[in-house]
Amino acid sequence: MSPGAPDHGVSVRIDSCAKTFADGTRALDPLTLGIARGETVVLLGPSGCGKTTILRIIAGLEQPDRGGRVMFNDADVTHLPIERRNVGMVFQSYALFPNMNVADNIGYGLRIRGVAAAERRARVAELVALTGIEGLEHRRIDQLSGGQRQRVALARAVAVRPSVLLLDEPLTALDAALRERLRGELDRLLRMLGITTIYVTHDQAEAMALGDRVVVMRKGAIAQIGTPREVYFAPASRFVAEFIGAANIVEADCVAGALVLPGGKLPLANGAANGRAVAMIRPEAIAIAPREGASLAGQVDSVSFTGDRQRLSVSGAASRPLMVDVPNAIAVKAGDRVGLAIDPAAVRLLPGEAS
Amino acid sequence: MTKLALWTRWRDRLIFAAQLAFTLLVAAFLIVPAALSMMAGATVNYFRGIRSGVTLDWIVQVWGLYADTIARSFLIAFAALAVTLIIGVPAAYALYVRGGRLARVVEEIITLPLAIPGLAIALALLLSYGGFSDFRRSWLFILTGHVIFTLPFMVRSVIAIFAATDVKTLDEGAASLGASPWRRFRDVIVPNARPGILAGSLMVVTLSLGEFNLTWMLHTPLTKTLPVGLADSYASMRLEVASAYTLVFFVMIIPLLIAMQMLAGWGAVQGSRR
Amino acid sequence: MRLNTFLTLCLVPLVAVVISFFVLPMARLVAVGTTGPTGVSAYAAILLEPRYRETLISTIVLSAVTTATTLAIATIAGLFLQRHRFPGRTVLVALLTFPLAFPGVVVGFMIILLAGRQGLIGDITLALFGDKQVWAYSMQGLFLGYLYFSIPRVILTIMAAVEKLDPSLEEAARALGAGPWAVMRDVVLPALIPAFVASGAIAFATAMGAFGTAFTLATDIDVLPMLIYTEFTLSANVAMAAALSVGLGLVAWAMLALARSLAGNTVAAAG
Repeated sequence: MSPGAPDHGVSVRIDSCAKTFADGTRALDPLTLGIARGETVVLLGPSGCGKTTILRIIAGLEQPDRGGRVMFNDADVTHLPIERRNVGMVFQSYALFPNMNVADNIGYGLRIRGVAAAERRARVAELVALTGIEGLEHRRIDQLSGGQRQRVALARAVAVRPSVLLLDEPLTALDAALRERLRGELDRLLRMLGITTIYVTHDQAEAMALGDRVVVMRKGAIAQIGTPREVYFAPASRFVAEFIGAANIVEADCVAGALVLPGGKLPLANGAANGRAVAMIRPEAIAIAPREGASLAGQVDSVSFTGDRQRLSVSGAASRPLMVDVPNAIAVKAGDRVGLAIDPAAVRLLPGEAS
Repeated sequence: MTKLALWTRWRDRLIFAAQLAFTLLVAAFLIVPAALSMMAGATVNYFRGIRSGVTLDWIVQVWGLYADTIARSFLIAFAALAVTLIIGVPAAYALYVRGGRLARVVEEIITLPLAIPGLAIALALLLSYGGFSDFRRSWLFILTGHVIFTLPFMVRSVIAIFAATDVKTLDEGAASLGASPWRRFRDVIVPNARPGILAGSLMVVTLSLGEFNLTWMLHTPLTKTLPVGLADSYASMRLEVASAYTLVFFVMIIPLLIAMQMLAGWGAVQGSRR
Repeated sequence: MRLNTFLTLCLVPLVAVVISFFVLPMARLVAVGTTGPTGVSAYAAILLEPRYRETLISTIVLSAVTTATTLAIATIAGLFLQRHRFPGRTVLVALLTFPLAFPGVVVGFMIILLAGRQGLIGDITLALFGDKQVWAYSMQGLFLGYLYFSIPRVILTIMAAVEKLDPSLEEAARALGAGPWAVMRDVVLPALIPAFVASGAIAFATAMGAFGTAFTLATDIDVLPMLIYTEFTLSANVAMAAALSVGLGLVAWAMLALARSLAGNTVAAAG
């Protein structure tokens, strides 16, 4: 079967899986999550949020606390050890075997399954071509660069045609430029393979680029599940809003459908109730407008040139300085008094956050 | 739970039990004779066992026969400690700071006595200094052998602590504040090397107390150490006396071993002779 | 005072002591080895003279077998102890490493207590089989003695190496379907090879030079250190004793140099 053939793996379901470690640390509160066949789900969150723990529970490297279940395609695999679950796992440190060369590493899972040498060689060659590491088959692991190692780790995990692909921060060990390049390749590869994939990362850009759905986690619990766009444009909480990208959090009274701010008024989309409200606005959703006639105004404190755009810090509009992203073409400097134009549809009310 | 999962769990438990049994067997091999000898040293009659009664008579007898060997062992051990401290700690500092090929060569040479059998070193000393009869007949002759053998442990231990605490940077800091080399050595280097000096000291004393191969060749009937006395007693004394003597040795050595383990975790005593 | 002067002062006492009491005497030893009736060829006698050659061979064989057995035992016990935590583990580790400080004589005595004429094993076999087994004074007894002092130190080294193993390598092998034996064979043991070589070489060198144990057990089978001893004290054959001990020293030193050079490599060469 060629690597691109439609074998989408299994559906995965975690039922009420919690995890308390032997030293008393509670890594995970009881969690339920369903992942469809062929779907790529990204577990995103800061370190210590439990995302790696879930991954290891799905893999079979950790057991959930009593009462938790892991199901592959409706079969209960909770008590199956990892060597019997047919998962493909890519570790953060890649965990390539230093006593074997690249080809032997990739073929190891096949060797364990008793696949004949000739067939093994053929499959290894397929994967080498798929991951773009031709010519490296006989190299030893310590002769490879970080990016090459990452590809070997992926090839090795995929070689056995796993039911689920599990990736634990596979790009974290690489430098920024390489990471971005490999992210694109990884995306292409995952789409081509189409296997159920669970991907753990703390990098929100990776999460948004690679996931069909993103599961944002915090302190052992799910903060929000949704598509990348849902999570970005409609965060469920302040935490999610601030973790997923830069966010301006504005807390003010809503009167007659607009937020009353020190620098003016911010009209909201229809149906906004009166009372205390917390709103989130992305920096790129705020535009600079002429001061006259603008419903909201402020003064530019600083301009930060980040290469692709300028990030302004504007004070006086809200009770805290606002981050505003403007294109490089617009000339603006510290001290300028500016008006701010914000599309009401881009203002997201965060439920239940008002103090 | 599936049958497979059940079988896996039982397989793992079986492997654990087998490994535990094996390890216990090995531990028994090592400990049982030691325990036997400690017991034998304190029972009236070894062959009748504990039923024959517990007694300190054998230990008293050992004391009467061999007290001088015990005293001499301590004397040599602490003298070796003093010598290795005085010549070893400053040298460790010099080697660490200088670095380079010279340091490597010197370290290599002082570590050689660990590789060369004690017999050979003793022979070498006898051939070179055996003619100086006063020296030859005194305990100082044995001391030189012990110093040569324990020196690398002190030096390596101190160099290790220097490396671990980046003493070079501390030294540079003190120098930038105007301290002379001697002041720096006294105020900064030595205090920060204390753990290494302590570990090295424990090793020197323990190794010296237990040293046999060198000492057997170098000793005279008037300069016996405890291990030499032990060899005598194994050959000529009844089992209970030999055991009591061994018991005394254990009592001396165990606190030192415990102190070393507590201080350094693992890997404390390496390379000692048999 | 300048730094360099101070450093030199720091080194001088040590250098003086080491040269006077080690370097020069050793040089003298090498020289004395050539003063016997056969001159420099005394150094070749270790290989040519049948009696010496036999002793050399039995010493090498004994040391090699001891080393191999010790490595096997220490690996099983060391892996087990490092990987599992259970009540009493610390005590067990302490018990296993306690004999580190025993001089060879005491080890010999331990073996006599276990397997000598009034030994424990003799009593047990007498009770069970009606036949008292006494091995202490034979090659088996010597072998047991050598095991006795080798196991504690090799276990420590192996345990230290096991602690440094990367657990994600084993997890990766398990993820690919490898059962416990496959993981051991393909990941754990290859990763431990540098530790095996290093501790094995040290164990071999120590066994080659072991004197106290053989002395106490007074076996009829000679090992090289005993041979050297008898040549010097009983036969007054100083030159031969010197030559033999230099030979023994060279072998031991070569093994340790090998251990150090291989332990310095970071990648296991297997596969």
